Amino acid sequence: MAVLEAQSISIVFGGLKAVSNFDLKLEKNELVGLIGPNGAGKTTVFNMLTGVYNPTSGNIVFDRNDSGDYKSIVGAKPYQITQMGVARTFQNIRLFKDLTVLDNVKIALHFNVKYNALKAILRTPAFFKEEMELTEKARELLKIFSIQDKENELAKNLPYGEQRKLEIVRALATNPKVLLLDEPAAGMNPQETQDLMHLIKFIRDKFGLTILLIEHDMGLVMGICEKIVVLDYGQTIAVGTPAEISKNPRVIKAYLGEEVDAGA
Amino acid sequence: MGLLKGKIFNASILLIVSFIIFAVLLGLIYTGVINEYYALILTLAGINTIVALGLNLITGFTGQLVLGQAGFMMVGAYTTGIILIRFDVPIFAAIIAGGIVAGIFGLFIGIPTLRLRGDYLAITTLGFGEILRVIINNLDNLTGGASGLKGIPTFTDDYLMKPVYSFIWVFWFCVLAILIVGNLIRSSHGRAIISIREDEIAANSMGINVSFYKMFAFIMSAFLAGVGGGLYALLQQYLDPKSTGFLSSVFFVVYVVFGGLGSITGTVVSTVVLTYMQEVLRFLGSYRLVFFGLLLIVMMIFWPKGLFGTKELSIVKPIRKFLAKVFKLKGFEEDSGPVSKSSVQSGVK
Amino acid sequence: MVNGISLGSVYALIALGYTMVYGIVKLINFAHGDVLMIGAVAGFFTMSAMGDATPVTLFGAFLVSMLVCAVFGILIEKICYKPLRNAPKINALITAIGVSILLENGAVVLPFIGPQPKAFPTMTDKSHTFLGLTISNVQIIEFAVSIILMIVLTVIINYTKMGKAMRAVSHDTKAALLMGINVNRVISFTFALGAALAAAAGILFSSAYPQVEPYMGIMPGLKAFVAAVLGGIGSVPGAVLGGFVIGIAETLTKGFISSTLADAIVFGILIVILVVKPSGILGKNIREKV
Repeated sequence: MAVLEAQSISIVFGGLKAVSNFDLKLEKNELVGLIGPNGAGKTTVFNMLTGVYNPTSGNIVFDRNDSGDYKSIVGAKPYQITQMGVARTFQNIRLFKDLTVLDNVKIALHFNVKYNALKAILRTPAFFKEEMELTEKARELLKIFSIQDKENELAKNLPYGEQRKLEIVRALATNPKVLLLDEPAAGMNPQETQDLMHLIKFIRDKFGLTILLIEHDMGLVMGICEKIVVLDYGQTIAVGTPAEISKNPRVIKAYLGEEVDAGA
Repeated sequence: MGLLKGKIFNASILLIVSFIIFAVLLGLIYTGVINEYYALILTLAGINTIVALGLNLITGFTGQLVLGQAGFMMVGAYTTGIILIRFDVPIFAAIIAGGIVAGIFGLFIGIPTLRLRGDYLAITTLGFGEILRVIINNLDNLTGGASGLKGIPTFTDDYLMKPVYSFIWVFWFCVLAILIVGNLIRSSHGRAIISIREDEIAANSMGINVSFYKMFAFIMSAFLAGVGGGLYALLQQYLDPKSTGFLSSVFFVVYVVFGGLGSITGTVVSTVVLTYMQEVLRFLGSYRLVFFGLLLIVMMIFWPKGLFGTKELSIVKPIRKFLAKVFKLKGFEEDSGPVSKSSVQSGVK
Repeated sequence: MVNGISLGSVYALIALGYTMVYGIVKLINFAHGDVLMIGAVAGFFTMSAMGDATPVTLFGAFLVSMLVCAVFGILIEKICYKPLRNAPKINALITAIGVSILLENGAVVLPFIGPQPKAFPTMTDKSHTFLGLTISNVQIIEFAVSIILMIVLTVIINYTKMGKAMRAVSHDTKAALLMGINVNRVISFTFALGAALAAAAGILFSSAYPQVEPYMGIMPGLKAFVAAVLGGIGSVPGAVLGGFVIGIAETLTKGFISSTLADAIVFGILIVILVVKPSGILGKNIREKV
């Protein structure tokens, strides 16, 4: 019942293997953490899963059902993958900066819009009706993250933490099955981070999502994730529950360097 | 509710305002207060506005620099001109045909270049304008070659009424173009287009088919340029292959940049003002171009957002405010925008 | 063929300027063709001042006009492009167009240049015949000068400290900055170098078509740009290769098909490259970081 499955994917940049033979199986409703030191290849994995990069080798399978039928999403364009149900946020915030908060969310709702350009130009009743529905939907999503009061502000004028939240709202608006969050708590203080983590758990339950989360800070991920994958130098060095991971010597080594070994 | 009523009210205000502007200008032209020369400039400004609106759609809203807008305009102009010389078809059909042929050219240029990032579209469209001139020069029996296409009929057979008829046609086409671009942009499709300008990668990851919308905006832009060209052919009754070139295209870039990349009203205002200045300053010769060159540089360095930035001038808002004051209507001054606030909030549970 | 090679060597020189500037600041310098015009004009005045066209005066013209253009290149960059380095790309492109229009029409309105074409002084045309090929002395000079300049450029890029800095900035501007490279100086130097090459190309170009006029830079500039894209923009050997290919293609079209179609063919080539291999023959595929 895996929703999203990476089968030994690798990618080579100019002779350098950025990620090699990465395996991942996301089961339905799982909340999985992807951790690893800087430059371990976490974001590159995201980019392959969302079609921004094409893996040099390996396969990515989405939505395998009970009978074993599956769709390979290798080679599909990012927008196609999003439309199938894999949404993401960006580590280095990529909001539509000069547009309002509301418009940012509405853009993510766009591919489900039924009226065509001609109807928009002619301003038919169907256009007004659907525009109203869009706004309503966008506001509901903003409400979950308590930024509904800022819907008319430009995205670039939001405080940093709220920009990160808006990124998540925007990804949610695409109505995904799998949500990939790239360092959603970066730059937040411990309290904000704690709240956000609860929120992430909440949306997972509310929308029946499967979430893969990149985080730098091990402690955070430990708190909410059921499963953790540790990446180092482009290779998976450990997979397991938070408890298992925190005891794994290879993980400790990767995070803290060699000398810990001697002390341990 | 009252939402639809508000919409109809807004639309009627716009319609009435266009009619008033139309009637006043037409009256002035008809009575000769605006003489033939200025009427011609005004009509030309209207045509340039249509073409510039097209350019703003692809460059201002989609964020893709096009340097061959004059080329598309001339494709439309030659198409309309040739059709009207050879066949007996209604003027309207010939103008639309000009737009369609220009749009088809856009399709063929867009396919190889729009999928690429960066400045390739700018260069290819620039090259397109130059190739077009060579092609027109070489198709003598169709286009009149280097000596130009002569003998295009105009809007009316009555020579004395030409300024009036030209103005009527161009004015309403211009209103139509503003309406099309404006309504398109203020819709979900428009937001998809703008998201490409804001961040192509993020747009793609939000499920927007970026290549499709780039193509759509580009073809639409070429279509509008072609329609403008068709009107131009009817107005000038003579076409010169030289006007496909780089410099003519650059003028459209200047109009759009000056008015604000991504502002419809900005484009309209700046195109009318600059077309007028361009004609009036013609006696300055090359100094005029020195001035435009400097203007571009100075604008980009000190005032990169142009006259209006991405903002729009609203006609409806002040009128609503005025009416609210006069008739003491409460809450009436609020422009209900694409979606009225109150009606949506009542819908949220 | 010989014509094509000599014309190609001129395009190659111009294309080098495009490619270097693009490699460093990721900007298509639309005004590059007009720098060529300035170079030709400067060369024209130097030669007129020095008297008859002899190898000595020609050498003097090269020296003066390359210096003048190098200064021009730096000024253009400092005044027009530097303030926009962090602005959206489209703004910088529009500025470049503005610079181009300004230079062209500035030249038109300046009383000592003016809109009229001026005859460029040339040496008496002598033709030599090698192995059945007829080559004029102008063509020999064109080819020789281009090759010498290309060698000099290669030495600068590969073996000098500045060249190393240029390659570093081109590879990763931020990292270069962190390594203590004066990025502003590198950019200025690149513009100067590109402009000097364009100046040399300007003199060669106006020796071959012996005249100088304000708009003379547009077409060679555009074609050289196509050459740069063909070879792979950002790649130095690519620009040289592209220049020769375009020069030969243009000459062959002129000779065997039609002279009016030559320009169209060049842009046709551009469209074909963009469809088949947008990164050019020797270009690298650049990924945008996400």
